[in-house]
Amino acid sequence: MGGWLDFLIFSVMPKLLAAVPVTLALTFAAGAIGNALALPLALARISPRLVLRLPAALYILLLRGTPLLVQIYLIYYGLGQMLPGTWVRHSFLWPYLRDGFWYAVFALSLNVAAYSGEILRSALQAVPRGEVEAARALGLSARQILRFVTLPRALGICLPAMSGELVLLLKSTSLASTITVMDVLGTAQYIRTQSLHTYEPLLGAALIYVALVFLLTRLLNRLERRFSPEKRGGKVPSRHATSISV
Amino acid sequence: MPDASLWDLVGFGPLGWGAQFLHGLLLTLEIAVSAYALGFGFGLLGAWAKLARRRWVALIGETYTVVVRALPELLLLLVLYYTGTAALGALLGLIGFGPVEISPFAAAVTALGFILGAYMTEVLRGAFQAIPNGQGEAARALGLRPAQVFRLVLLPQMLRYALPGLGNLWLNITKDAALVSVLGGMSELLATGKNAAGYTKHYLFFFSVTAALFLAVTIVSSVAFSVLERRLARGLRRA
Repeated sequence: MGGWLDFLIFSVMPKLLAAVPVTLALTFAAGAIGNALALPLALARISPRLVLRLPAALYILLLRGTPLLVQIYLIYYGLGQMLPGTWVRHSFLWPYLRDGFWYAVFALSLNVAAYSGEILRSALQAVPRGEVEAARALGLSARQILRFVTLPRALGICLPAMSGELVLLLKSTSLASTITVMDVLGTAQYIRTQSLHTYEPLLGAALIYVALVFLLTRLLNRLERRFSPEKRGGKVPSRHATSISV
Repeated sequence: MPDASLWDLVGFGPLGWGAQFLHGLLLTLEIAVSAYALGFGFGLLGAWAKLARRRWVALIGETYTVVVRALPELLLLLVLYYTGTAALGALLGLIGFGPVEISPFAAAVTALGFILGAYMTEVLRGAFQAIPNGQGEAARALGLRPAQVFRLVLLPQMLRYALPGLGNLWLNITKDAALVSVLGGMSELLATGKNAAGYTKHYLFFFSVTAALFLAVTIVSSVAFSVLERRLARGLRRA
């Protein structure tokens, strides 16, 4: 009985904890890039111009309609097959591009962009029409309206949904383990195949993910309370309390 | 495989992977449907537990949803797949069924269903709570037995509220079924794609074919669910 616990605590956990930065790096890199892409995507999606709207809608359909794991394989094996034949092979980027990590970041970012873009789109459309009309009546240009009125309001509206997305992203990063990335799950799988202990590495990884999700949720809740007037118990009645709480 | 065109490769000819992909698609759908049905069962149990008056029952329901939803699906699938087969095999052995081999299919479906059940619990619980109290009370006042109240009055109304959530979860499980490819030993859609890609070295092409098939499932399902939603909403006055 004591044997497996010793193995878990003294042998497995240190290795898994050492892999936590990789999981966090995947989460924050993909979260930052994906959310940066989400804004132009959402704007294109509600643009009156078909040239912008159609590709954006198609992109979102493709990325949300196929499994993330397929997207990861498509990018890792597909791009990995094409890149060596090009100039990239001899450029300074090559050492990075051989590593599964960057393929995972790339795939996760594209995926996050689609999901967050769709959330942002619905938030942009949920901004009360009167506020936009008032801004127009004040003589603000379209660009100013977006910057000072629509966007800040939309971000406030979709903050709970966005933080839910970030938690889902943290969990999704574990798929990177299938393309040789040594994140928490990747390390657990490695220990599992090397040591022939099946349960301890997976149990240890589970403990770490639960802790990470718990900490991230608390952090995000605190941020939400700071930035969203609706959560501070202010005058604005809360209408969008549909966060994906874990 | 020197001169096969890409078209030949996805066809049903001697060089084609068409038959394998068709088989993979069917297996993926089988996994998804079975896991969904099982997940619905777990979801009903979970919703019942979370709404139960007994504290410890509610606590079990709460723990189930919180823990399962905090874990990555892939990790939980691996845990349940490996522990589940061993534990269930031993259990069935103990009660006298002899040494039992759990098939990979059954193990994967059980694991996916258990995971889906936690998300299902939340959808069904919300739907149950959306039914006006008077409905159950009226049914009891008419003398229906508890099972009848549930089957004839609560369940049909609950389904209408739950349908959008249930539709989303169906789309999720068709995609999560792809995780089964990591377990190995089952030639579902993604495993077939990986096989074909590795064998022919046409990675980009075959993973695109795989993605297209998953996309087709998503699109057909979305259309079907929106038809179903309209059908269940018939006879309801539009607000």
